[in-house]
Amino acid sequence: MFILDHLWIILALPLAGAAINGLLGKRWPQSAVNSVAVGSVTLAFLAVAELVREFSQLTPDQIPFVGNYFTWMVAGPFKVDFALQVDQLTVVMLLTVSFVGMLIHIYSTGYMAHEGGYYRFFSYLNLFMFFMLTLVMAANLIVMFVGWEGVGLCSYLLIGFWFLKKSAADAGKKAFIVTRIGDFGFTVGVLLVFATFQSVDFGTIFKSVSQNAPAEAILTTICILLFTGAIGKSAQLPLYVWLPDAMEGPTPVSALIHAATMVTAGVYMVARMNPLFSRAPVAMLVVAIVGAVTAFYSATIGLVQTDIKKVLAYSTVSQLGYMFLACGVGAYAAGIFHLMTHAFFKGLLFLAAGSVIHAMGGEQDMMKMGGLRSKIPVTYWTMFIATLAIAGIPGFAGFFSKDAILEAAKSGPNANLVLWLLGVVGAGLTSFYMFRLVFLTFFGKPRYDEHKVHVHESPKNMTAPLIILAFLSIFGGWFAAPKLVGGIDYFEKFLAPVFSAYAPQVAEPAVIIAEPAASPAMELVHALTGWPVIVGVLGLLVAWWFYIKNPDAPKRLAQSVRGLYTLLLNKYYVDEIYAALIVRPLLWISTNVLWHVVDEGAIDGVVNGSARIARESGGELRKLQSGNERSYATWIIIGAVGFTCLLLVLWGKR
Amino acid sequence: MSVPISYYLVLSAVLFGLGVVAFVFKRNIITIFMSIELMLNAVNLAFVSFARAQNQLDGLVFVFFVIVVAAAEAAVGLAIVIMLAQNRQSLNVERVNQLKF
Repeated sequence: MFILDHLWIILALPLAGAAINGLLGKRWPQSAVNSVAVGSVTLAFLAVAELVREFSQLTPDQIPFVGNYFTWMVAGPFKVDFALQVDQLTVVMLLTVSFVGMLIHIYSTGYMAHEGGYYRFFSYLNLFMFFMLTLVMAANLIVMFVGWEGVGLCSYLLIGFWFLKKSAADAGKKAFIVTRIGDFGFTVGVLLVFATFQSVDFGTIFKSVSQNAPAEAILTTICILLFTGAIGKSAQLPLYVWLPDAMEGPTPVSALIHAATMVTAGVYMVARMNPLFSRAPVAMLVVAIVGAVTAFYSATIGLVQTDIKKVLAYSTVSQLGYMFLACGVGAYAAGIFHLMTHAFFKGLLFLAAGSVIHAMGGEQDMMKMGGLRSKIPVTYWTMFIATLAIAGIPGFAGFFSKDAILEAAKSGPNANLVLWLLGVVGAGLTSFYMFRLVFLTFFGKPRYDEHKVHVHESPKNMTAPLIILAFLSIFGGWFAAPKLVGGIDYFEKFLAPVFSAYAPQVAEPAVIIAEPAASPAMELVHALTGWPVIVGVLGLLVAWWFYIKNPDAPKRLAQSVRGLYTLLLNKYYVDEIYAALIVRPLLWISTNVLWHVVDEGAIDGVVNGSARIARESGGELRKLQSGNERSYATWIIIGAVGFTCLLLVLWGKR
Repeated sequence: MSVPISYYLVLSAVLFGLGVVAFVFKRNIITIFMSIELMLNAVNLAFVSFARAQNQLDGLVFVFFVIVVAAAEAAVGLAIVIMLAQNRQSLNVERVNQLKF
């Protein structure tokens, strides 16, 4: 039980890596930086693996296992411990984060090999791992908030990694500021949680809410405030605008932070707070609506983007929407399951895209690629597998998780057919734009200058993570597969204690443990011929027809629906609308009121004015001190006469 | 019938005022010196008058102190005047401004 008794080790390893590389790595060769960065994360992953082994030996009443290290702050009834906890949900998150994180560290040693600031990059990446692991292991809302803000900081640092490029620096600021809007809601939510439950500790909150639930209005407010934080962090409508811009960062960062782990923190938080959300149906509906609308909405934007990373970014926003849809309809396990499979296949897609960009010498426009299939076969095959997975083609990871979500949206306890329909259409669009990406990149004739661009397969430390993630994209979904053949969904069953322990008693439990199917074979056939699969295949065929069979068709279609096409190409003008409604007025007020009036007028006026008064009065007074003793004598005499007169007047009155 | 004290005090004030005016307007250092002496003695006259009017010794004692201080001042001051006169060939105080910034 070594790791269970010393949970902090898992956090300390990447933190130490970040500190060592950050402080000393500047003068070290790349190999030394590599071994510290990759070594610390690998050790952290091994620690997590050992933790899982030890965790499996715990009896159910020992879970969640809490390690309380010290009291962090006390202020009256407000007491926060630095406490870490492990339960089934934490284990899933820990495994996903540390494993994908490790692979992406390895990949980065190849991808970043020719970049400046090598040590800085790995220091940030390790620091990110530290904060992300803190986030998922936190035993109370405050420690979770530390991780929550910490990953935001690392996201900012890494998006702006090439800070000399203005667009990258701006994107970093945008990500930080936009998520801050959501975090404001989250902070208020945490305060409201404390005001309601007199505690920020998960165990205490959940016990208190299940035994003596406060008014539903309060719970709804808390949940919506917390969800505001999730909207910012997980890039949902209307705060998703930072994520596509975050693609300015290096591609491994996009893979790790802006696809696989950090952006899923919002989903994790909602799943973690499920005892509260399950008791606030209105908030649940809000979560589901935001999720489903985002899933559909950003999929439509993804249809027309030509930057390979932008497509993946909108796809990430869309997939996160599915996770929230799952949480919103009460299928937390399905949401977390999709989170995990998404980490595999979206991480893989980004890494493969990075490999393509690497091969093309930095080109990101898909219109300038094409025909890369035979030149970079490993990248092609792994990316193709990930595309099959995200499109929901049966047998691949994404199929199982997306099917579980849409199934819950259709027939779960909080089913909602409109949201289901949005999800299904979104799934079709997903399949279309992903195959469009693959066909544009790897098929057809090369649309780049073959004499100028020397296309080459990436080195082994980049392709190895691709291959591992490709295997996970195929087999990662099979944890949940037995349900389709009438068995018990291992994944749901594993997570069940987290989601049913404090579930509301009156309503149905949030997690349905597979009702016995009429016929396993029928169930399987039903799933394989369900709408998600049909639209997935349809998307594939349409993409094939458009981009391989008739390469001219897309242009003609764009011509015929020019208005819609322009609208999508400009991402519904949301950035422009935000600029006009928020940024421009704010700038105007800042410039014309705060700057020219308050700062220059009032603040500078007071400071400069007092300086001027001192200077001018000094200038006048210095004339008195002329150095002529007889003039001093005159002053003394005037003073003496003055005082004498004063005394005479005063005494004369007496 | 003795002379009233106000006569003495008015004389003292007139002498003091003459001293002050001379101190402020004269440039010759010896004249300034003499005007200081005049002021001191005007004060002495006031002290003596008060002592006589109040029939107390305090004022007389003060007068001795003032005479002692005036003598010491005259000794030091005249020595300085001699040195100035030797070095500057002038007794004009306005020309003694070398230490002025």
